Amino acid sequence: MALSQLTDLTLAGARDGLRARQFSARELAAAHNAAVERIKPLNAFITATPEKALEMAAASDARLAKGEAGALEGIPLAIKDLFCTRGVLTTAASHILDGFKPPYESTVTEKLWAAGAVMLGKTNLDEFAMGSSNTTSYYGPVENPWRRQSNDGRGDNRPLVPGGSSGGSAAAVAAHAALGATGTDTGGSIRQPASFCGIVGLKPTYGRCSRWGVVAFASSLDHPGPMTRTVRDAAIMLGAMAGHDPRDSTSAPLPVPDYEKALSGDIRGLRIGIPKEYRVDGMADEIENLWQSGIAWLRDAGAEPVEISLPATQYALPAYYVIAPAEASSNLARYDGVRFGLRVDGDSLADMYEKTRAAGFGAEVRRRVLIGAYVLSAGYYDAYYLKAQRVRTLIARDFAAAFERCDCILTPTAPSAAFAIGEKADDPVAMYLNDVFTVPADLAGLPAVSVPAGLSDGLPLGLQIIGRAFDEETVLRVGAVLESAAAFTHLPSFIADPRGSG
Amino acid sequence: MALDKATVARIATLARIRVAEDELEPLAAELSGILDWVEQLMAVETDNVPPMTSVAEMTLPMRDDIVTDGDRQEAVLANAPRTGRGFFAVPKVVE
Repeated sequence: MALSQLTDLTLAGARDGLRARQFSARELAAAHNAAVERIKPLNAFITATPEKALEMAAASDARLAKGEAGALEGIPLAIKDLFCTRGVLTTAASHILDGFKPPYESTVTEKLWAAGAVMLGKTNLDEFAMGSSNTTSYYGPVENPWRRQSNDGRGDNRPLVPGGSSGGSAAAVAAHAALGATGTDTGGSIRQPASFCGIVGLKPTYGRCSRWGVVAFASSLDHPGPMTRTVRDAAIMLGAMAGHDPRDSTSAPLPVPDYEKALSGDIRGLRIGIPKEYRVDGMADEIENLWQSGIAWLRDAGAEPVEISLPATQYALPAYYVIAPAEASSNLARYDGVRFGLRVDGDSLADMYEKTRAAGFGAEVRRRVLIGAYVLSAGYYDAYYLKAQRVRTLIARDFAAAFERCDCILTPTAPSAAFAIGEKADDPVAMYLNDVFTVPADLAGLPAVSVPAGLSDGLPLGLQIIGRAFDEETVLRVGAVLESAAAFTHLPSFIADPRGSG
Repeated sequence: MALDKATVARIATLARIRVAEDELEPLAAELSGILDWVEQLMAVETDNVPPMTSVAEMTLPMRDDIVTDGDRQEAVLANAPRTGRGFFAVPKVVE
């Protein structure tokens, strides 16, 4: 099989091809190593690990030969550089983690390797996952493989952001340099880049995937999850990532269902909630139209759209921008120049701390740590932090009430398609508004998937399905129906062609 | 809620991040912009609403109070910028 055909496979297709011995795991890994090399202009990877990929693939071939294949045997994956990987540079895209090679492996990546997956490398992200554009990385911005310009040369050809924070993962999967990638979602960091890059991004229920060994941003909001090109691939990958972990006290002690089996294609009689408050002021026509198409597709498949109300949703973003920075300022206190990463020498211990943190944190991280320190400081804790946590309770109650009337919720994923690198850079609040549709599910810990559903001005747009806690199966089932109705087969203008031309 | 320079300097000290004098003013404006936008939360009626303490409806598990890990001095120190005699080394803190 030609190399380019190997990188054009879905994860499920590659799995089946490996089991049928149509090609080897080493061939599959070599094709993807070449693809990772070809997409260098996108800056999607901070660290590539081609030798490791070949080594792991050789072990996979041995297991395949013995008939001992795991669920992801021989599948090449990209890992967001927020997951600790033993002996492999882990940066969180921050200067302050310079040279950090974890002596341990995150639970999620350990599970992936145990299932037979192969590591291609570590993907770029917004620094400490704080951002919606992948422009805050110390290692430079990631470029979206999509451009507005059509093949006839018309249109705006500026480089676009891939979304964020899991921008490198989204770009790598969209450009066919990995069959899947891990992401983390704190305010939309899996789903928004998935929407911007035309791929599938699944944020599981809080507690479904262990946070152990994932560099912490906001602990009550951080959700590891899969990013893939199809819903089926996301189901397969989630099955390998999920599961109880005693090392994460918030990990749910629940069995992991067979998510692939949930993709029955039958959604007859399911009630699909349409939140009336999500019609935000000034919503672009193409977003509204796509949402209406989504409603029609699900109705045609036998589901029943019902209007629901999520009145506290309009306060989700400001609540998030109190809670997430508060938790971040606490989590990031560990970067002190003593135990790992960057140190800038000083006259005293305090001087060393302050200089190290000034040099090590970028502008957005500094902004959020300072906001966090402020809202947690004496005299402001009740007014800001406790207030935001009360609003968070209201948001969770809204969802609980809605799920008495519906089985899942359909919304747009993001308020726009990808924007140009550098746009919105001078207005933090305008940047924060990217997460208006994704943040509520983080605050309530609910599972949600973004599925590519259409194009706007040549760029992909996603639709989002939000489900009940621990009901990823319904989310995936409805997501798969949406996916096949939308029949999104467009490809980005930049696809890695391992033969060398792309 | 407008933050002044002095407040920004105070929270920067709390956060142990050195901020240059000429950066305080622009940073105060930037942070004030964010806090102004967050102010809209004050319009929400929350008198009888408890603050969320756990996103998942579960009680934290208990475990036996026993040592399960340790004796990894080399791994613990492997990433430290400076070490000495098996310890992390920092600028002198006791005169």
